[in-house]
Amino acid sequence: MWSGRKLGSSGGWFLRVLGPGGCNTKAARPLISSAVVLSITERRVLKSPTYNCGFVYFSFHFFYVKNQLSGTLQIKPGVFNEYRTIWFKSYRTIFSCLNRIKSFRWSFTSVAQAGVQWCDLGSLQPPPPGFKRFSCLSLPSHWDYRYPWARLYSTSQTTVDSGEVKTFLALAHKWWDEQGVYAPLHSMNDLRVPFIRDNLLKTIPNHQPGKPLLGMKILDVGCGGGLLTEPLGRLGASVIGIDPVDENIKTAQCHKSFDPVLDKRIEYRVCSLEEIVEETAETFDAVVASEVVEHVIDLETFLQCCCQVLKPGGSLFITTINKTQLSYALGIVFSEQIASIVPKGTHTWEKFVSPETLESILESNGLSVQTVVGMLYNPFSGYWHWSENTSLNYAAYAVKSRVQEHPASAEFVLKGETEELQANACTNPAVHEKLKK
Amino acid sequence: MAARLVSRCGAVRAAPHSGPLVSWRRWSGASTDTVYDVVVSGGGLVGAAMACALGYDIHFHDKKILLLEAGPKKVLEKLSETYSNRVWDACSEALIMFDKDNLDDMGYIVENDVIMHALTKQLEAVSDRVTVLYRSKAIRYTWPCPFPMADSSPWVHITLGDGSTFQTKLLIGADGHNSGVRQAVGIQNVSWNYDQSAVVATLHLSEATENNVAWQRFLPSGPIALLPLSDTLSSLVWSTSHEHAAELVSMDEEKFVDAVNSAFWSDADHTDFIDTAGAMLQYAVSLLKPTKVSARQLPPSVARVDAKSRVLFPLGLGHAAEYVRPRVALIGDAAHRVHPLAGQGVNMGFGDISSLAHHLSTAAFNGKDLGSVSHLTGYETERQRHNTALLAATDLLKRLYSTSASPLVLLRTWGLQATNAVSPLKEQIMAFASK
Repeated sequence: MWSGRKLGSSGGWFLRVLGPGGCNTKAARPLISSAVVLSITERRVLKSPTYNCGFVYFSFHFFYVKNQLSGTLQIKPGVFNEYRTIWFKSYRTIFSCLNRIKSFRWSFTSVAQAGVQWCDLGSLQPPPPGFKRFSCLSLPSHWDYRYPWARLYSTSQTTVDSGEVKTFLALAHKWWDEQGVYAPLHSMNDLRVPFIRDNLLKTIPNHQPGKPLLGMKILDVGCGGGLLTEPLGRLGASVIGIDPVDENIKTAQCHKSFDPVLDKRIEYRVCSLEEIVEETAETFDAVVASEVVEHVIDLETFLQCCCQVLKPGGSLFITTINKTQLSYALGIVFSEQIASIVPKGTHTWEKFVSPETLESILESNGLSVQTVVGMLYNPFSGYWHWSENTSLNYAAYAVKSRVQEHPASAEFVLKGETEELQANACTNPAVHEKLKK
Repeated sequence: MAARLVSRCGAVRAAPHSGPLVSWRRWSGASTDTVYDVVVSGGGLVGAAMACALGYDIHFHDKKILLLEAGPKKVLEKLSETYSNRVWDACSEALIMFDKDNLDDMGYIVENDVIMHALTKQLEAVSDRVTVLYRSKAIRYTWPCPFPMADSSPWVHITLGDGSTFQTKLLIGADGHNSGVRQAVGIQNVSWNYDQSAVVATLHLSEATENNVAWQRFLPSGPIALLPLSDTLSSLVWSTSHEHAAELVSMDEEKFVDAVNSAFWSDADHTDFIDTAGAMLQYAVSLLKPTKVSARQLPPSVARVDAKSRVLFPLGLGHAAEYVRPRVALIGDAAHRVHPLAGQGVNMGFGDISSLAHHLSTAAFNGKDLGSVSHLTGYETERQRHNTALLAATDLLKRLYSTSASPLVLLRTWGLQATNAVSPLKEQIMAFASK
């Protein structure tokens, strides 16, 4: 799983790009220049607690500290997501070359996941004067509302260059590179798919061989490139995958289009969960939020919405990371401070969520936690294992009670799978307003 | 693991530049080709059995499988037998007997045609899942890009001789030791030819016996084996030098029968020294472990040979450096080719099928992409460990018994006698060989 060829190619590319005068790819030039310009300007912005997105700080901090590049090329805010991905992977490959230690992959991946996953910016506080306010519920541009730094460029036009889009597409396809940066997510399917499948099979009286989940409607929230959506589709379920990042959905759409069977069973949409709560209330047999709740700004609202779209008796599956001394030791102290694999400040341990916290939120929403089980990643073999110990990654399975009480007063027990809970504590005034209506 | 991946990546990179069969063309846009889940290339014993195993797998009920066979459909009928195994040396009196005293059968000898007939019948029963195309040979394989790209198909494209094309998520190569799939993918094959050819023939025994013993004698030129088919029929496999093999095939039947009989009975290669040394060890063994020495059974003698049943084929050893690549897996002789002296060639192929079918079944039940390397490497590791040991042992035995040099003859004489005396060791060997 530790892809030797990736080390060679992207590591070498990165070095070339960073070398003196060595910007020899079209994508690299705006990438590095944006990084530099943004890193210089963003530091001031990022000190504001409002924009406390760990990934953002990490990426720009890194590039500011590590890269003393000068560049005045045109900034393309629209490409940040892709650049982030490249930055992460290049950064990761550089350090992996230097350290030759596979064990840091998981921490990279967790950061990479943080980077490329959904960061709901709609819940940010009002921006400083001079910046246009964006609401996550209106979509002025599919780029702007997602990223805090995009607000600085509210005045710049996000002209979607088809060449750039193609580049992004090519890069967004790293989702499906099983030996690439998402390798741990691919191998996590060996645990999470059987977990979901077996728990759902308990609710199906007779299942067809070959299509055990036939007839189930599943919602995959924060599906990314569709890594978990496709296996569920292959098992016969009808799956809707949603992700607020447009290029992720494009990647997922493109990938499933080659398989005629999956094409019919899976549907992808670019949206956030809050947007579809009303139209899809109580329509899903299962909701899957794997590696998502750690990137959600408002965990309570998110879980509330999950509950609302579930049928009574429906299942919720969550995977994320625990908030413990061990996750602090491995994810922050070891990776960031000792080995300097991840720059300091990337992870904020306070944002990890423990199973107990998750359970209490789930219970208050009317979900009953059935199972919480730990997951352990072996960075040397690249495989995940179930574990009694939930102090690092864990998976949870909860069931919505059939007797539906008022959501505010009902006690729901959620057994979620929380592998990485980096819940950014941004609140979204607009969402709260909408829910209160 | 890193080294293996690096070497694999190196080989993958090299593949586009090697051989006319490899093409890295990108297929863009939607294609109207049928997308199969699994295509098995090669419909011999191993390929047909693989298609059968997948067709009957419970987790493959909604999958589409295609079997490509270059030859025509065969339908036949014959008998099968059970057997035990006696092996002995031509240069000494050392012999080893593999026997199962309890009523379990040690193994079975089943004729090739019987197996093929049974497989064909089973495949017809699952024709809704498994499509079999006879007289179809793939002439070109097109591999997907190693890095997933936006507008290119991630499947393997296969073009047949008649121009029809298919796409598949997993291509299984079961097309023999000159595997086209293996060459097209660019997998390195460690191989060398033994300077031997095997002569096979069907023989009529001089008298009908309870024919349940397989006999193998190691001559300096190569082993000769008599495998029972029925009470009066036995199959001959005689591995010998190319010239002698050609001679045997072309000589007339009387002479051939004489040659076979003398090969089994002649003492010409014995030397006194070896005989004495062998007798010494035998005496020592009988002191340590007194056993009831049953009367030594003698191999049957041959009366005549079936007309036109004599065929010869060259022998060699081959082992693919990798059994799997993304979306490709090799099974049977495409992955490993062995000397017939241990009778393990197709058995290893069936072992491959069992392992690969198990891994694919688990992957299908987990909703995985069947061509994904993660579970294919599980199959590769499991089978390479088993097959490498067997290949090495067979090659070693072949080399050991190809000589009449005294030291080596002494070594193998004593070795064989010692192994014969140690029953747990023999049981281990039998268990390994019949796995």
